[in-house]
Amino acid sequence: MENKTLVHSNPMDYEVRSLDTMCINESELKHPWWYNFKYLAVGVMFGVVFVKAEIISWFRIQEMFRLQSFHMYGVIGTAVVVGAISVFLIKKLKVKTIHGEDITFSDKKFNKGQIYGGLMFGFGWAITGACPGPLFAQLGTGVLSISVVILSAIAGTWTYGYLRDKLPH
Amino acid sequence: MIETITQPWPWYVAGTLIGLIVPALLLLGNKHFGISSNLRHICAACFPSNIPFFKYDWKKESWNLFFIGGILVGGFLSAQFLGSSEPIIVHPDLAKELAGYGIDDFSGLVPVQLFSFDNLFTAKGLIMMIGGGFLVGFGTRYAGGCTSGHAIMGLSNLQWPSLVATISFMVGGFIMANFILPYILSL
Repeated sequence: MENKTLVHSNPMDYEVRSLDTMCINESELKHPWWYNFKYLAVGVMFGVVFVKAEIISWFRIQEMFRLQSFHMYGVIGTAVVVGAISVFLIKKLKVKTIHGEDITFSDKKFNKGQIYGGLMFGFGWAITGACPGPLFAQLGTGVLSISVVILSAIAGTWTYGYLRDKLPH
Repeated sequence: MIETITQPWPWYVAGTLIGLIVPALLLLGNKHFGISSNLRHICAACFPSNIPFFKYDWKKESWNLFFIGGILVGGFLSAQFLGSSEPIIVHPDLAKELAGYGIDDFSGLVPVQLFSFDNLFTAKGLIMMIGGGFLVGFGTRYAGGCTSGHAIMGLSNLQWPSLVATISFMVGGFIMANFILPYILSL
């Protein structure tokens, strides 16, 4: 696994990306760009679930943070259990991807950003009633004003990148 | 059958399907579930501004942009074809509290009385849409992930820093919803 993640052309690239991005696994295979449509298909399913289970509802998020509804806890809890069993089985059985590549995992390192940034995201989550995924689903359902929230979130990410060296980590 | 699909789906169906996204992305191409990174990829693609944090080959992560493109399409499809026209059933205590702030329209997933272009230039709208969005973008990147990357993918892979992040998300949300948001909604 370690060897796998170290295969990068530019060490700086790896350094920057591994610090906090989710995906530092690089494929050795070169696929045409339209192979990415398989991820679009998974995204479509995710978007439908978001809407149909009212996960992107501002009201459901408010109920969650007021302990007025079990719904969101049930959704996230079930997702974690299903995800954990899947990851366990993939590791245990050394399952490979459909293209025959190894599936790799990397450990997350603790830094104070997970607390400070986590609290900030929590504030934003309760205000907008949405995490980044639901924002895109909300826009998809036709609430065009959410584009403002998304642009502001992009600006927030940019500002973080700009101030990064000055922030406690 | 159609009836079942157009009704709101229960938590165990939604949770299972979302949980299955984790192995689906791993099996399709060794990809780790995470959404907020896309905000970074968009910065890297559009406004890198010579900031080291945005100087990487974002095209290698373009699968993730396709993924959120899919979420957008999924939202559109379900609103168009799988929708129930029933308003969201809101907990009576929440409905009562919101009514006190003049929010009584529960017809959409997003309260139209708070999130709209008309509200953008009011104090409340500015704080909620611009301020809230900014906190989501800044906070998720500072924390290194959001609900998908930390709470679902990170916890599924038994990463304790992800548990710290998830607890911080929830603590922040509780503080905001119960102690600060009431003042914002009263504006």
